[in-house]
Amino acid sequence: MPRTLSYQQAINEALDQEMARDETVLVIGEDVAGGHGADGEMDAWGGPLGVTKGLYTKYGNRVLDTPISESAFVGAGIGAAAAGQRPVVELMFNDFLGVCFDQIFNQAAKFRYMFGGKAETPIVIRTMIGAGMRAAAQHSQSLYSIFTHIPGLKCVVPSTPYDAKGLLIEAIRDNDPVIFFEHKGLYPTKGEVPEESYTIPFGEAEVVREGDDVTIVTLAEMVHESVTAAEALSGDGVDCEVIDLRTTSPLDDETILESVERTGRLVVVDEANPRCSIATDISALVAQNAFSSLKAPIRMVTAPHTPVPFSDALEDLYKPNADNIGAAIREVSEHQNWETTVSKS
Amino acid sequence: MGNDSIEKLTMPKWGLSMTHGKVVQWLVEEGASVSPGAEMVEVETEKITGAVESLTAGVVRRLVAGSGDEIPVGGLLAVIAAEDVPQAQIDQFIENFVLEEVEESDESADAEPEYVEVGNRRLRYLQRGEDGCPALLLHGFTGNLNNWLFNHSTLASDRTVFALDLPGHGQSSKDVGDGSLEVLIGAVAEWCESVGLDSVHLIGHSMGGAIALGVTLLVPEKVRSCTLIASAGLGSEINAEYISGVVSADRRKQLKPHLEKLFADAGQVTRQIVDDMLKFKRVDGVQDALTLLASRFVENGRQARSFRDQLSQMEVPLQVIWGAEDQIIPVVHAADLTETARVQIIESCGHMVQMEAAGEVNRLIESFLSEIDG
Repeated sequence: MPRTLSYQQAINEALDQEMARDETVLVIGEDVAGGHGADGEMDAWGGPLGVTKGLYTKYGNRVLDTPISESAFVGAGIGAAAAGQRPVVELMFNDFLGVCFDQIFNQAAKFRYMFGGKAETPIVIRTMIGAGMRAAAQHSQSLYSIFTHIPGLKCVVPSTPYDAKGLLIEAIRDNDPVIFFEHKGLYPTKGEVPEESYTIPFGEAEVVREGDDVTIVTLAEMVHESVTAAEALSGDGVDCEVIDLRTTSPLDDETILESVERTGRLVVVDEANPRCSIATDISALVAQNAFSSLKAPIRMVTAPHTPVPFSDALEDLYKPNADNIGAAIREVSEHQNWETTVSKS
Repeated sequence: MGNDSIEKLTMPKWGLSMTHGKVVQWLVEEGASVSPGAEMVEVETEKITGAVESLTAGVVRRLVAGSGDEIPVGGLLAVIAAEDVPQAQIDQFIENFVLEEVEESDESADAEPEYVEVGNRRLRYLQRGEDGCPALLLHGFTGNLNNWLFNHSTLASDRTVFALDLPGHGQSSKDVGDGSLEVLIGAVAEWCESVGLDSVHLIGHSMGGAIALGVTLLVPEKVRSCTLIASAGLGSEINAEYISGVVSADRRKQLKPHLEKLFADAGQVTRQIVDDMLKFKRVDGVQDALTLLASRFVENGRQARSFRDQLSQMEVPLQVIWGAEDQIIPVVHAADLTETARVQIIESCGHMVQMEAAGEVNRLIESFLSEIDG
């Protein structure tokens, strides 16, 4: 009965409502209005996956199509933000953020700090993450941990249409640079989304499923795989709590620690590569602050330390899924005592 | 005895989003004699746990749904009939039921909320039932029309019953003017006008009770009766800490202890109830609306507005219902109203008495309204 939207429509609605509310909100990016090949039919595309469709027709020159020039238009967006606009810059694939690291790491992220707190940079950079689309190694990565590492950036990784809308509105209204990671596999997923504008504060994880036996900390598309794994195991008497981080910076460490203190068992599920990642970050947080609560070693379920393969068969093996999440849950829940593990290793 | 003496007990629809419910446990056994209002089975939804009551008298002949079963709204839970109805007829009733119910539940799914523009506001309301003298349900501070999830359908079995989202609440416009009670009272009176209600039973909970009284003073000719549940506007005491706590809380953990004060049994406050309230509070305009309303509604820790001295001028029949363990507005406000109103105190219930003792509250309202309507 309540209204249902896709993740993609929820993002479009957030942009639309914020552009209507605040005329300093701009949309900048490749193909966001019409794009190459759409002469005389502006708004034909609305972004590579149609997320900004309809905005050009409504807001005209506040929707700026750019050439393929990431460092130029990301830099332009940061400059516009420093000068009082609220640009939402779309950078198709997060894999390409590499070409504008200086603009993001050394400029946007540092302005507030280096100008004695007097400068604000209210820019949002929307970008796609995620494997599973047969898009090969340069269009399939999940690079949020790199941005989470940089002080001065906020990182948002929504997993549902409701969260996507509320977190994007929060991101646009926030006065600091926000990197907004959209998982391309989630665009068609549907969920209840209120028509009115609303916000979700950063740094508040969502407990998607309550349970007392094992804590699963996860984000983005892996939230859904984790819930599937948790549901499958509930019949076997393993009751998992699933925590969706929603934002990796700021991080809601309180919700994670409180849960692990109760369950004593942690599985971190992250689609990204395993080294220096959100998975290692959460594992370190728990090992450092809740060590005495742990009844089993922490398990990380991640992609391997390789590029995303182009081969269908290999890409399917690359991404964590409900089966290998389930195996990890079993492993930590069946772990009896530390001595056994130590003698094995 | 024919087939018409066989009665079904079905899964109720508690609230707009409920599509199915889970049978937690049966509170009666097969073979037990039950009377109308008997609590039959405990049912759990994503939002809340409640008891389904029997609508009829008879013997529980068959418990069709088992503990743990997920049953769709309208689905068969049990069969009640006289003792002498043959087993074969019961079996046949169950067999026939499935076929009939599929169509019927498709039809009953059409009770959708509607919107109407009143003044500069868009107000949402839900209409159930038809005919009879209509009634209007008015929720309390921070509530919405779903607060009546255990009451609305039952009360609408023999009359039209509307539930409204007040300005600033639910999915109505968030503009509350200067935040005074008069703005809300005026909006309700205008809404009645716009949907063409010229004689209505008002049923108000908490702040909604004070609004019902205000509407009665404003347009007495349109109000047929007032049922005031744990009502504001009948005295000055109020749990001001609850009001300010609910207004200021912006995280689940801050909000939950306040919401627990609404019920005698704090266990009623599920994660879903807290989440729904948080989601509501995060909608644009809600925080400002609630802050403004609270600042006018409670001044110096006391209710700013009392209708107590005006009750005797009101010519409409009054009924006052209160939970004995109300932690928001004290039950003593009902104590000395017996001269002007029918007073009903319900033991072991808190402020949300219409949820905690839904069956009893529904019966009190139904009998009060039918006496008046004759």
